[in-house]
Amino acid sequence: MQSTDLIAGRLRARWRATEYVFWAAALASFFVLPERHLILTEIAWLGLFALSLDLILGYAGIISLGHAAFFGLGSYVAALLAKHAIIPEPALALLVSGLAAAALGFITSFLVLRGSDLTRLMVTLGIALIMREIANQLPDITGGADGLQGVRIGPILGLFEFDIFGHVGYAYCLTVLFLLFLLARRIVHSPFGLSLRATKANPLRSSSIGIPVNARLVAIYTLAAAYAGVAGALLAQTTAFASLEVFSFERSADLLLMLILGGPGYLYGGLIGAVVFKFVQDWLAALTPQYWQFWIGALLVVIVLVGRERMGNWILAARAFGRRTGRRILCSIIPPALFAAIGGKR
Amino acid sequence: MLTILFDGIAYGMLLFVLACGLSVTLGLMNFVNLAHGAFAVAGGYITLLLVNRAGVPFFGALAIAFIAVALIGALLERTLYVHVYGRSHLDQVLFTIGLVFMAVAGTDYFMGAQQVFIQIPNALHGRFELFGIGIGRYRLFIIVLCGLLTLGLQLILSKTRFGSRLRASVDDARVARGLGINVNAVFSLTFAFGSGLAGLGGALGAELLGLDPTFPLKYMVYFLIVVTVGGTSSMTGPFLASLLIGIADIFGKYYVPRFGAFVIYTVMIVLLMLRPQGLFARAAR
Repeated sequence: MQSTDLIAGRLRARWRATEYVFWAAALASFFVLPERHLILTEIAWLGLFALSLDLILGYAGIISLGHAAFFGLGSYVAALLAKHAIIPEPALALLVSGLAAAALGFITSFLVLRGSDLTRLMVTLGIALIMREIANQLPDITGGADGLQGVRIGPILGLFEFDIFGHVGYAYCLTVLFLLFLLARRIVHSPFGLSLRATKANPLRSSSIGIPVNARLVAIYTLAAAYAGVAGALLAQTTAFASLEVFSFERSADLLLMLILGGPGYLYGGLIGAVVFKFVQDWLAALTPQYWQFWIGALLVVIVLVGRERMGNWILAARAFGRRTGRRILCSIIPPALFAAIGGKR
Repeated sequence: MLTILFDGIAYGMLLFVLACGLSVTLGLMNFVNLAHGAFAVAGGYITLLLVNRAGVPFFGALAIAFIAVALIGALLERTLYVHVYGRSHLDQVLFTIGLVFMAVAGTDYFMGAQQVFIQIPNALHGRFELFGIGIGRYRLFIIVLCGLLTLGLQLILSKTRFGSRLRASVDDARVARGLGINVNAVFSLTFAFGSGLAGLGGALGAELLGLDPTFPLKYMVYFLIVVTVGGTSSMTGPFLASLLIGIADIFGKYYVPRFGAFVIYTVMIVLLMLRPQGLFARAAR
């Protein structure tokens, strides 16, 4: 019994052909679209941010309207570390920013544990507002409403200097995104991740079979906060700027939209959603520079009215189709021996 | 000191009129409506157009704004909201955030992004002294009007047949249905009335709170605080919560301006931690 469960777990955790295609496409985008690197950079950290929301919404069922609190904290920490040359090296600063956000996530997670969905909404929203207010009220440190200017980011690992075309920035963001994605993938397929899913499905029953529900929620909330902090730090490092806007409610709301567009609960949803969202936003902003938010809102309304389940079914169908064609393409271009070596199924 | 208290009460009363519709919809249908502030904005801009452009008297414009927004509310409820009741809270949040975004951008498109002011009649300008307390006429007007409205609401709720139906539906919608109460109709009517009140509040509050397209986002938090702190089971809870928040906010902004906004958010989070069911709510049923 246990061994079949184990095998089922392994099967679910195995890399699929579509996943190789996805990451190959991401890698290819670096070489094929050098002139779009600035927007691609944005997509990369947005994707990481959405991934972090997916960890708590898709895997633990916590609705948050204030995920920008952690994003913003990471962003400010990274900018401040660089500005005052405390840690000029970006990769290390990224780690510190993530840890700072994680600390905030750990502290606030105890507030989020309690109460119903509505209480959670309010508390997360309140935390983001308080963070914004703190940043606003400490102009000596954060630059207040003007934002934090004069940030100089050192070369990554002392080797790669950021350039104005965003080539290095994109490579950096994509690498960080990929590494953190691998970690998240490992975590959600571990026994820990499975117990989280059980908690989301039925908290009462999972606590009665011995899963420490609250400890699990605290852990995943802290982890998600760290991810959001890293995403914010990437924004600060690639733009060499941090402003109050990083805490805005719109940011948290857009994030929800991204995740819903891609579909929560399978990790790729946030990434796909970020790609779709950014291109839709870019396109709308070109059409109606001032009023693109109207259409974003309309999109949300339509998604809900059509029904996320139905949209989910379309996505599932698209994924199944993608998997079939992806495998076919892979089979035709990769020699069978190599294919077997990388662990794909024929 | 007492003047600040007076301002706080006026502010709190206004918050109550703005938010009481939300508290009923939340209690009745367990529906999270983040777009409630959009109705207030609609009321504000309707009054603005009527008073500043068409020259309708202020009080008449208030009445028209109330009715117009109630009709808009009823229309939206029947066409859009009705599809979202049974859904998860996540769906409701997404849906109403979408509506807020549309309302903000739409208002911006038609009315411009700048803050606007409604011309209030001369009789309501200025302030006078009473027992050494400086009293703004407009604030007094708000307190009187909102006080009367609150009294009226309380009477409707406790004395009329509709009120008892509404209370029954809030207490237990399933049993109320079983007893032959048309809960959906009760809800539609309440929703429309609550929207109308929000519209009225928006029109009244333009002078105190300011009116611009981002109003629904700016004050969304305040409405939600009123509802969550006050609980959804009665009128008195949200009423006391509104007064408390109004007074705390004005005092905070006056005495510790640097920490003005913190006061209110911190109060909210602490209250939610101590009393997740709301400050004045009955024990869990």
